[in-house]
Amino acid sequence: MTLTADLVIATSVAYVGLLFLVAFLADRHTRRRAGGFLRSPFVYTLSISVYCTSWTFYGAVGSAARTGLEFVTIYLGPTLVFIGWWFILRRLVHISHSQRITSIADLLSSRFGKSGVLGVLVTLLAVIAIAPYIALQLKAVTSSIEAIAGASEFGRGSLEGWDEGGLAFGVAAGMAAFTILFGTRNVDANEQHHGVVAAIALEAVVKLTALIAVGVFVIYAGGALEGVFTGAAAAGIDIYDTDTFGDRWIASMLLAAAAIICLPRQFQVTVVENSDESHLRTASWAFPAYMLAMSLFILPIALYGLTIMPAGSNPDMFTLTLPLAAGQGGLALFAFIGGFSSATSMIILESIALSIMVSNHIVVPLMLRFGAEGHVGSDHGVRRLLLRARRVSIVLILFLGFGYFYLTRSSDALAPIGLISFTGVAQFLPAILAALFWRDASAKAAIAAISTGFLVWLWASFLPSFATSSPSVAAIMAEGPHGISWLRPQALFGLDMLDPLAHGVFWSLFANTTVLILGSLVTRQSALEHVQAALFIDMSGRSPSEPGSLHGSATTDDLLLVARRVLGQQRAFDLFSEEARQTGTAWTSLEPTPAFINRLERELAGSIGAASAHIMLSKVVSGGEVSLEEVMRMADETQQVIEHSQALERTSAQLRATAEKLEAANLQLREVDRQKDEFLSQVSHEVRTPMTAIRAFSEILLSERDLDESSVRSFVDTIHKESLRLTSLLDEILDVSALEKGDRVWEANLFDPERSLDQALRVCDALALHNGTTLQVTQRVDSAHVSGDADRLSQVLINLISNAIKYNNAPSPTVWIRSFIDGPHYCVEISDNGAGIPEAEQPRIFDKFYRGQRGRAAAYAGAGLGLPISREILARMRGTLELVPGAAEGACFCMRLPLEMDARATG
Amino acid sequence: MPTDILIAEDEPSILEALSFVLQRAGWTVQSVTDGEAVMQAVRRMRPRVLVLDVMMPKKSGFEVLKQIRADASLRALPVLVLTAKGQQQDKRVAEELGADRFITKPYSNVDVIDTVRELLEANTAESSP
Repeated sequence: MTLTADLVIATSVAYVGLLFLVAFLADRHTRRRAGGFLRSPFVYTLSISVYCTSWTFYGAVGSAARTGLEFVTIYLGPTLVFIGWWFILRRLVHISHSQRITSIADLLSSRFGKSGVLGVLVTLLAVIAIAPYIALQLKAVTSSIEAIAGASEFGRGSLEGWDEGGLAFGVAAGMAAFTILFGTRNVDANEQHHGVVAAIALEAVVKLTALIAVGVFVIYAGGALEGVFTGAAAAGIDIYDTDTFGDRWIASMLLAAAAIICLPRQFQVTVVENSDESHLRTASWAFPAYMLAMSLFILPIALYGLTIMPAGSNPDMFTLTLPLAAGQGGLALFAFIGGFSSATSMIILESIALSIMVSNHIVVPLMLRFGAEGHVGSDHGVRRLLLRARRVSIVLILFLGFGYFYLTRSSDALAPIGLISFTGVAQFLPAILAALFWRDASAKAAIAAISTGFLVWLWASFLPSFATSSPSVAAIMAEGPHGISWLRPQALFGLDMLDPLAHGVFWSLFANTTVLILGSLVTRQSALEHVQAALFIDMSGRSPSEPGSLHGSATTDDLLLVARRVLGQQRAFDLFSEEARQTGTAWTSLEPTPAFINRLERELAGSIGAASAHIMLSKVVSGGEVSLEEVMRMADETQQVIEHSQALERTSAQLRATAEKLEAANLQLREVDRQKDEFLSQVSHEVRTPMTAIRAFSEILLSERDLDESSVRSFVDTIHKESLRLTSLLDEILDVSALEKGDRVWEANLFDPERSLDQALRVCDALALHNGTTLQVTQRVDSAHVSGDADRLSQVLINLISNAIKYNNAPSPTVWIRSFIDGPHYCVEISDNGAGIPEAEQPRIFDKFYRGQRGRAAAYAGAGLGLPISREILARMRGTLELVPGAAEGACFCMRLPLEMDARATG
Repeated sequence: MPTDILIAEDEPSILEALSFVLQRAGWTVQSVTDGEAVMQAVRRMRPRVLVLDVMMPKKSGFEVLKQIRADASLRALPVLVLTAKGQQQDKRVAEELGADRFITKPYSNVDVIDTVRELLEANTAESSP
């Protein structure tokens, strides 16, 4: 069987047709029977093996021929992740399912506060980083066709006149058309491309079988495994002496481990297309086993190729050229189809994943921002726009890959190109790990970190790959930009002892991680970031629907309109019917509860990404204006979200407040206690003073027998006087404490204060007579009406008049009394011609137990409670008592009581 | 006639009773009724014992005591402090300020006489030899 390019191309087209048929049947199958074997963990595992691209199929052999065992790292990295760290994958899948994550850009955007900027950034960077990878596939397919075409005289067939670039362009165009046909029939990424996955699984089987077939052929042709190794040894081929286990080994293993998480297509198959989290358990051993099978024959093929193929033949094509050289046309065609499978599966999935990211994170936000109302308004507008956006993205992505291929076509090895892509996407790893495990990681830090890592990658990894095609790049590599040697792309800061790959990996990830950590430590999370961080970190905690909820005035009709535009008629209808059934209400009276709006948001997020779904629904819910309502909602969210810590804060604030209150109460109590102690101490002093006199004189009377009659009489008199003083003191103490507590019932009667004055004057007449004091009443009111207690008023007046009499030591003591009406007040003024009250004592005379200078020395020393009691009584009757400057040199007290005007008539 | 005892007390009846019993015990007694007068009287009369009330007008007994202990010529004067407040704190303050004895009102006459006698004897024992 002679292979020609025409035959190969025809076979490829037929193979693609087969794949398409499989995809179509699988789609129909799932729609009818909801899964079946297509949802088995093995199909899932086979689809994950899209990781093994033509880089593996062809490149690994080339890599083994050039650098020995280094190719193993590409399988070891993912194996470590799947076996050792599969809890990371499980967490990733779990979160992505509960949050309806559609892509790696969506994951990061959603986790970091539904940040649109981060979504755009990750999308753009992914597109750029993947370009070399796509180029690698184009190169592999092109090279394999070239290899077959070059193998026979008439091999080129209809390819006559096509150069390598043209061929690659043709391959890219064909792939674009194929991918569009495959991947963009549906819009909802979360609908899971069962058809595509089935096709990918089939391709996984084909490429594995093809590689094993070539391996078996090599073993057979080379004379068993031993024959291959001894043959190679005899030919002087030694691929073990290269320094395999160095920095490059570690770097490429790290990259491969990162790639299995960060590559957009791996995220697509492992996370988005996952229909059952338990499938991961099977994949954790089955996928490493698949990779082991893929790598089993790589070393024998490489060794045999090096042994028998002429020097200078491309080791990347050994898988294909070995059967060709042996005249095994059929096997060569099978090997070609295996390589073709590897390339197509990668290109299809990668461009689907990237196109979803482009449409959800770039096109939809732009559409929403520039208010493409025409599209939103028409029934299938959004869907049509999304599909178109995805198709354009696919074309764009493939031709970016082609562009990279074209610029770097002079370099012929496959593996280094793949590693450049790996280093690029590895820049997402720090942010992803932080997203899953570090609550304080902030959006600003993530954006800065990814940008930084990516810039370093562009400089240290991406740029150098153009060195062979661009002299100016080569100059920069050798001398640094403008001769700045420490900026040389492969010797940054003078670090030139590392392998270029390890160098790029080290600096980009080091800068990336450093910026992420420091940035998160110095920046603050926004409210929404805080919410999302909580959702991602405490998965098992609160239900994801609570915190982000939109509250608003949307009607069910509005929501249905939006849902229909994005999800399509049928899905929207199903969603709403289910809600109606669950809440037990009729379709028409369905209430847009926050829970339902939330559910809708998650459904929409499955189609257009979290950030876009959020903005779109808030537009509808808040009636078109995002600004104010959005802000208010954010504030609302802050409250709900930080519930945890807020509740704690509240509790501690309450405790603090309580403690403060207690402290205040305590202080007050202590003050009251101190006052009480002082009062008791005063009372004790006041009681002990007469007691002392009584006891002293009693003891004198008891012990002294020879006292004369007058002394005895005087002593007994003093005892009697002090007893009376003690009694009145106790009365006053009880009075003042009762007045202060305010619990005595007061009779508020209308009475004539003049009658109280009469009574007081009668009582004091005797005292005045005894003391030789003249009482002069200078003015009287006929009658007046005040409200209160008449007896109490008498008590006050007696106290004031008797004070004036008792403490008056003038030669001819006189006390003047006058009562008068002053405006609305009834007033009584009592003045004397005594020594008066010294200015220094005036502020204290109404204090309890305060006794003026004269009071102490006088024979009538009281307890110092008379004035405070009088003032308190008058205050009870809404009156006042003041010391006023009188006409004479002595003291002058003035009391006032409000007149009861309307009572005059009755009085 | 030298003064044996100076009484500083503002309550007239207590002063009367104290004077009476101390005179009956055979000592010469003088008195003042406010805090400010005490220092003057002490310097002029040179009493052998001072009976000092705490709660006095113008200057409290404690202030008077502090002043006496701060004066080199009066420092040795024995002082009996009387107080009607009857609190431990007052007693402590009095002791800190250098009171020789402390008696709470109401007191027993005998106690006062005995205490004054002790102070007088101690004073004599110190100065006479």
